[in-house]
Amino acid sequence: MAHGPAKGLTRWLYTTNHKDIGSMYLWFSFAMFFLGGIFALVIRAELFQPGLQIVEPNFFNQMTTMHGLVMVFGAVMPAFVGLANWMVPLMIGAPDMALPRMNNWSFWILPFAFAMLSSTLFMTGGAPNFGWTFYAPLSTTYAPPSVTFFIFAIHIMGASSIMGAINIIATILNMRAPGMTLMKMPMFVWTWLITAFLLIAVMPVLAGAVTMMLMDIHFGTSFFDAAGGGDPVLFQHVFWFFGHPEVYIMILPAFGIVSAIIPTFARKPLFGYSSMVYATAAIAILSFVVWAHHMFTVGMPIAGELFFMWATMLISVPTGVKIFNWVATMFKGSMTFETPMLFSIAFVILFTIGGFSGVMLAIAPADFQYHDTYFVVAHFHYVLVPGAIFSITAGVYYWLPKWSGRMYNETMGKVHFWLAFIGLNVTFFPMHFSGLAGMPRRIPDYNMMFADWNMISSVGAVLFGAAQLVFLYNVISTILSGKKATDEVWDNPEGLEWTVPSPAPYHTFTEPPAIK
Amino acid sequence: MLKTARRLCAWMLGFTCLLAAGGALAEEVERWKFNMTPGVTPISQNVYSLHMQIFWWCVAIGVVVFGIMFVSMFLHRKSRGVKPANFHESTLLELLWTAIPFAILIMMGIPASKTLIDLYDTEKSEVDVLITGYQWSWKYEILGEDVSFFSKLTTPTDQIEGHASKGVNYLLEVDEPLVLPVNKKIRFLVTANDVIHSWWVPAFAVKRDAIPGFINDAWAVITEPGIYRGQCAELCGKDHGFMPVVVEAKSEADYQAWLAEKKAAAAAIAELTEKPFTFDELYAKGEEVYSRSCAACHLAGGQGVPGVFPALKDSPVALGDINHHIDVVVNGVAGTAMQAFGEQLSEVDIAAVVTYERTAWDNNMGDLAQPIDIYNHKQGK
Repeated sequence: MAHGPAKGLTRWLYTTNHKDIGSMYLWFSFAMFFLGGIFALVIRAELFQPGLQIVEPNFFNQMTTMHGLVMVFGAVMPAFVGLANWMVPLMIGAPDMALPRMNNWSFWILPFAFAMLSSTLFMTGGAPNFGWTFYAPLSTTYAPPSVTFFIFAIHIMGASSIMGAINIIATILNMRAPGMTLMKMPMFVWTWLITAFLLIAVMPVLAGAVTMMLMDIHFGTSFFDAAGGGDPVLFQHVFWFFGHPEVYIMILPAFGIVSAIIPTFARKPLFGYSSMVYATAAIAILSFVVWAHHMFTVGMPIAGELFFMWATMLISVPTGVKIFNWVATMFKGSMTFETPMLFSIAFVILFTIGGFSGVMLAIAPADFQYHDTYFVVAHFHYVLVPGAIFSITAGVYYWLPKWSGRMYNETMGKVHFWLAFIGLNVTFFPMHFSGLAGMPRRIPDYNMMFADWNMISSVGAVLFGAAQLVFLYNVISTILSGKKATDEVWDNPEGLEWTVPSPAPYHTFTEPPAIK
Repeated sequence: MLKTARRLCAWMLGFTCLLAAGGALAEEVERWKFNMTPGVTPISQNVYSLHMQIFWWCVAIGVVVFGIMFVSMFLHRKSRGVKPANFHESTLLELLWTAIPFAILIMMGIPASKTLIDLYDTEKSEVDVLITGYQWSWKYEILGEDVSFFSKLTTPTDQIEGHASKGVNYLLEVDEPLVLPVNKKIRFLVTANDVIHSWWVPAFAVKRDAIPGFINDAWAVITEPGIYRGQCAELCGKDHGFMPVVVEAKSEADYQAWLAEKKAAAAAIAELTEKPFTFDELYAKGEEVYSRSCAACHLAGGQGVPGVFPALKDSPVALGDINHHIDVVVNGVAGTAMQAFGEQLSEVDIAAVVTYERTAWDNNMGDLAQPIDIYNHKQGK
């Protein structure tokens, strides 16, 4: 009955195996991470010193736009879907995803979406240059012709995400091994279940926003054009109604990964499992009522301003609960500091710093000074880079031995960690200062008073980029020639994934496991 | 590159000095601007104190949380031979660390709400300024005073491209700053002509999005005379980084003098409208207007940017009917980035730039438009 994978290229084209699809998602995301990183380095190179040296302002805007889009939709989201594909069936004792053919489809449309998006760089008029938030009318009436391709690419990415989310919900709700009740599920499964509901709720809203843009551009409507009776601010409301849950889509699965790793290396069960679940759900629900804190300066009525300020501040309560629970998990444990643990601890510390600047930004009157400055850039990079990227990296180091059957090189892992950790802080910490000093975001050139901070940021960015090359090398050399890993890999880790052999066989849990 | 090396050396020297002498510290802190300005209005000072309060709360929470983490990372490590405990639940703790942050938030939220309500109270203003964002300049109108003008970046291209050394106010200098009186309640009405911009002066804690078709308002009472600089804070296209805001706060008498001077200058320009100019005069002036108002998109050589901004060299507009050419400049082209310059430029400037565009870059039309033609066109004749 048991059979291995097909041979050749068609294995990957036709595969419906959750492990194959998970691997493809992860490699795709890794490629996009480097592409988005190159865009970021172009930005940092131009900002290395005042004056225009390397790129034209218009191309600079294309770089900021493409960096954001590629990192959000190409690197972070597919990486989480890849991890879900690999780990959710293994964690709940299912033989595969519930909808394997749709799984294949939801992956394979992604490369086409990104090929189309990247091709806009070579089109007349250049790539989208209106920021990843693509505010109308800059992205409609005033956009380059390539905007239509951008809209189509967003539609495809949205379809892919929705299919992925449906698949994950169907898998978690229907395919758990007998005895695995909801409140026995690992945190990663919980956080992904909640994330998947967020995705299904908001990706159609994004699709609606870009469709309205398409109509405005090509079919003579005026959704976002005041001259025709429309409202440019409507675009921002629709976009952020998607956008705010979207940022939690990029962080909730990270909570799940870290909640798996910290107990393993603290050798102590996760503190406050049920309050972690409730906190995640609370964050997800609140994420639908805070969107306009991205828009404190658009001229909302005072009542709206007050509501969104208080609702946003409220989010820090469940988020704080999570942080305190991780600290309590570490407390009185018996800790070791392998690479996944290092990345997870850095996650807790740096994500908390990003949370602090988040609370500061929530104070609406102060936001009038912070809004659209580098302080905001510092804030969201502190939550996204240590938040999403570090947790994904931690997850890769943690589960790579299970996937490949081989152990990564620990020394190289630690080198990667310290380079990335230092690089990240050198890049993004000074942005708090340049922002508070008054530097707006998305500008290709600046006054000399911001020069020192920017130069430091650029040096840090190169360091951070170099660290990722170490990561790439470590992953490849592990797969090719790492030492054999044991089935348990770590010191008595919790979870069904550690009960199958390393590498995990092509088909696992064809018979459901017994749950204690 | 040499400059860069010098800057890097300056840092090292700076750090050495920091260690060597405390006196250098103050100077370095001055150079490394790192915090929000307290500003010169009552609101900006409230905002600054809110900012510092919430910052110190964050520091305090950080010290506690990270402190426990670091202690635990030091004490509770396997290499010290500790055995892990097995506790994993405490309802009391969960309640406690839900309630305490909640209390802190309420303590922060109340003063923040007060400041916010204050910040929104734009009534009973003494001076009203209508601010309109354009790609890429600001238009200011002092309402009820018949004073209206555009304010544009004056930093020379040479400095931006690194052929000349950069001035102190690099990218933060304009041809005509907005002048305002001190100690008066000033209301800013903010809107835009094309895309969304955002008018920001950090010293006033005023940042308001300028949205086409809508008018937002904000206010300030400036307590100290001085020059205050800011920038556009919402991505508005190619030259988003090149449309600074400069406000000069003056005493009431100086402000009145400025108003009178502005009105006299406007009258002088209006008079010129009736005067006929020679081709050479128009061409020379047109070249200057072109580089100031048109070259940002259509480029100095008139070649444009394919697919985004059409070329003017050999363009059907510049080589076609002059009335159509005037129409395009005065009224813009709906649905494109070509704005209506009828309000932005004087009749003389438009006549000059049309004349220039028709003959420059081997367009060689050789005809000319007079200011009075532009005036008549605007009147619909």
